[in-house]
Amino acid sequence: MSKWVLKGLRTGIVTTRYPGSMETSPGVSPGRPVSTVLRGQRGLPEIPSCPTGALVQRAGKTTVDHKRCIHCRRCVRASTPFVEWEWGYEWAEWTSTDPKEMEGLGPSFSRSLHIRFVDAGACGACMSEVAQLTKPHYNLHRLGFFFTPSPREADVLLVAGPGTDHMRRALEKVYDSMPTPKKVVAVGTCSLSGGLFGPSFASEAGVTGIVPVSVGVPGCPPPPLAILHGLLVVVGRRPATSLTDATNQMRGDSQ
Amino acid sequence: MLVSEIPRGGIEGTLRAMEGRWPVQVALERSAYLEAAEVVCQARDLPALCEWLCSELHYTFATLVVLEEERGWLLRYVFYGGVERSLLSLLVRIPGWENSVPSIASLVHAADWHEREAEDLFGLVFEGHPKLGDFVLHEEWPEGVNPMLRGFDGSKPYPHRELDPDWRPDRIVQSPGAFVMPIGPVYSDHAESAHFLLETVGEDVIRTIPRFFYKYRGVEKIAQGRRVEDVLLLAERFSGTSAFAHSLAFCQAVERLSGLQVPERARMLRIALCELERFRHHVHAVAEICSSTGLGVATSQASILEEELLRLSCMVSGHRYLFGLNVPGGLTVDLTERKLTLLQNGIREILKRFLDLEDMLRFSSSFLDRLEEVGIVSAHDARAYGLVGPVARASGIERDLRKVLPYSGYERVEFRVPCELEGDSYARLRVLFREAEQSAQIVEDVLSSLPQGPISNTGPTPTAGSALGWVEAPRGAAFHWVCLEEDGVVARYRLTTPSFTNWHGFHLAAENFAFQDFPIIMASFGLSNAESDR
Repeated sequence: MSKWVLKGLRTGIVTTRYPGSMETSPGVSPGRPVSTVLRGQRGLPEIPSCPTGALVQRAGKTTVDHKRCIHCRRCVRASTPFVEWEWGYEWAEWTSTDPKEMEGLGPSFSRSLHIRFVDAGACGACMSEVAQLTKPHYNLHRLGFFFTPSPREADVLLVAGPGTDHMRRALEKVYDSMPTPKKVVAVGTCSLSGGLFGPSFASEAGVTGIVPVSVGVPGCPPPPLAILHGLLVVVGRRPATSLTDATNQMRGDSQ
Repeated sequence: MLVSEIPRGGIEGTLRAMEGRWPVQVALERSAYLEAAEVVCQARDLPALCEWLCSELHYTFATLVVLEEERGWLLRYVFYGGVERSLLSLLVRIPGWENSVPSIASLVHAADWHEREAEDLFGLVFEGHPKLGDFVLHEEWPEGVNPMLRGFDGSKPYPHRELDPDWRPDRIVQSPGAFVMPIGPVYSDHAESAHFLLETVGEDVIRTIPRFFYKYRGVEKIAQGRRVEDVLLLAERFSGTSAFAHSLAFCQAVERLSGLQVPERARMLRIALCELERFRHHVHAVAEICSSTGLGVATSQASILEEELLRLSCMVSGHRYLFGLNVPGGLTVDLTERKLTLLQNGIREILKRFLDLEDMLRFSSSFLDRLEEVGIVSAHDARAYGLVGPVARASGIERDLRKVLPYSGYERVEFRVPCELEGDSYARLRVLFREAEQSAQIVEDVLSSLPQGPISNTGPTPTAGSALGWVEAPRGAAFHWVCLEEDGVVARYRLTTPSFTNWHGFHLAAENFAFQDFPIIMASFGLSNAESDR
């Protein structure tokens, strides 16, 4: 077996330094559209229809509702682009604006967090990104975060998918079996608004109607670092980005 | 029927022989690379015809498309593979008051799940089928509610009946020393939702009874009434890990309907991206197999390569899972010279490391011990269940849609279809490695002789009608049946995915094995529930 040990040692460390410093390798995030002020462009052509209604144009500004955006890129590929694109990945936000609900799990969890993942109808891309977290490039174990096979020892419920009808009961059961304090982090646009799939006869409009979601990580799929950001937000190790702040901050960075 | 009586003369011979034996009406349509035959037959002749096609002529059942028409039903049974580059569809019309059709499942076992699905979703009765009901729709759905029927409103939640607290599975083994071990739907660290009942006598599992459709999102239903460009998003997003393949199959169906020609450069780029996706999928599948045997370093090594392929995809196409690239008529983005070089070099380098990993795995006896002779699917069973993709090719069935029904210019690409005979987990692993190697080679070849030119054509709105699109997705053959109304609105969308086909045969491998081999058998099949449940 020594050859495997040597192979591992020779490979060296590939793990990102995030959240210590920002990860800048190309390809870690596909980016997303951001709300854009259209300066002096009153007479713009009508925006093409956004398939999920995530884009709204009002008073010279295009607003992006990230809970709905499925990153189809039709808006940026239009002949007259009317949204800007940001390349970050710190996308997690509190779902509530009530300061009382925007509290993390507290310091005792910040370096020891157990996560139960539930697939409520995810397409596979979100799940693959969640799985990447345990792999060498992201290695969330270094932060004291672990996936657990049982809800009984979980502090955070990580859910992906629109909340299919057949998974509703299983999801409720998992949430009920978790000890308090507990928080729910929803991964992916589907889990926040139903995306393309819900509401319908077979899926809900996101898992928010089934379990109380505290932190949402929008994206289709959100890259691993965005999911990691969501987990860091829920333990209070990173600030969340509220919609408007994200836009301003990213603009500030790029200028 | 004797072997010598098998009709000669390609599909025409088959059709003539068919006309001689049954009262059928045949129509043959020819294009440059494909012959498509449509045979209208009587419902009572259906079982004999299907048996003849599959047992004597070695056709493979592809899909069953149920269409609800004004005055009845139109059932379309699609077969392929008997004669190269040909598709054969049997059409059966049933008057509306009759609601039943003879089952072909006992003769063509591959149609088993298709019939169960149609019974659940359309309320059609397949006479003679041994097991109908409780398949796609779980127990909280009342009997007699069939969501795919036109009268059912799929846009809002359906009020369920109260759950029966006494509900239990069909069969619970109860005898001294034997018990049933339930797994799922929520299990493992991060696994897809599915449920398995393992009937076991302590250490050995005798039988595995899977239960799926926890992730049923009704894609076929919610696609109805949406426009082509919106259904394209669904085709891409119902199974994120094979998004490019499925969006390509959908686009090809639409292109066939509207007569859109795809520019040569786009056709070649599509091949390259398809192979990139296949390569990434196979690297992922190998990582899963390593992980299921508990070989940590190998899992990490394969996972590093997977993440690098995801990043490469993102740099080249803008999306880690190749979403948003296919569009009827071509592609949405062109790849610049710089990106093409990046892709070529990236794949070449990753393949080298991937093959190094294979060399190390091949000589790790503890790893091989876990895979060899575990989860065997015989060639006979694989054929009977119509298995597809790497799983079938590991059981000696050398069938690949890129060869038997070439699309998007695959007929001009040179590659081998790797095949193994043992049908065990190790054979499946070897097929994955060989296919990944071929994929990398195809990318290399296609990109080095990439023609210049536009990457998409726009054409008129597709006309009303229906067409089939197919693709050899990373997990095997996928068929997308698209039926359009006027103005490019989808009237019926039928999705047949490789995971659906192969999950049907999963229980063959998961029989008479030791408990600890279950994750290995699962991983070596490498299937996706999102793709299967739709």
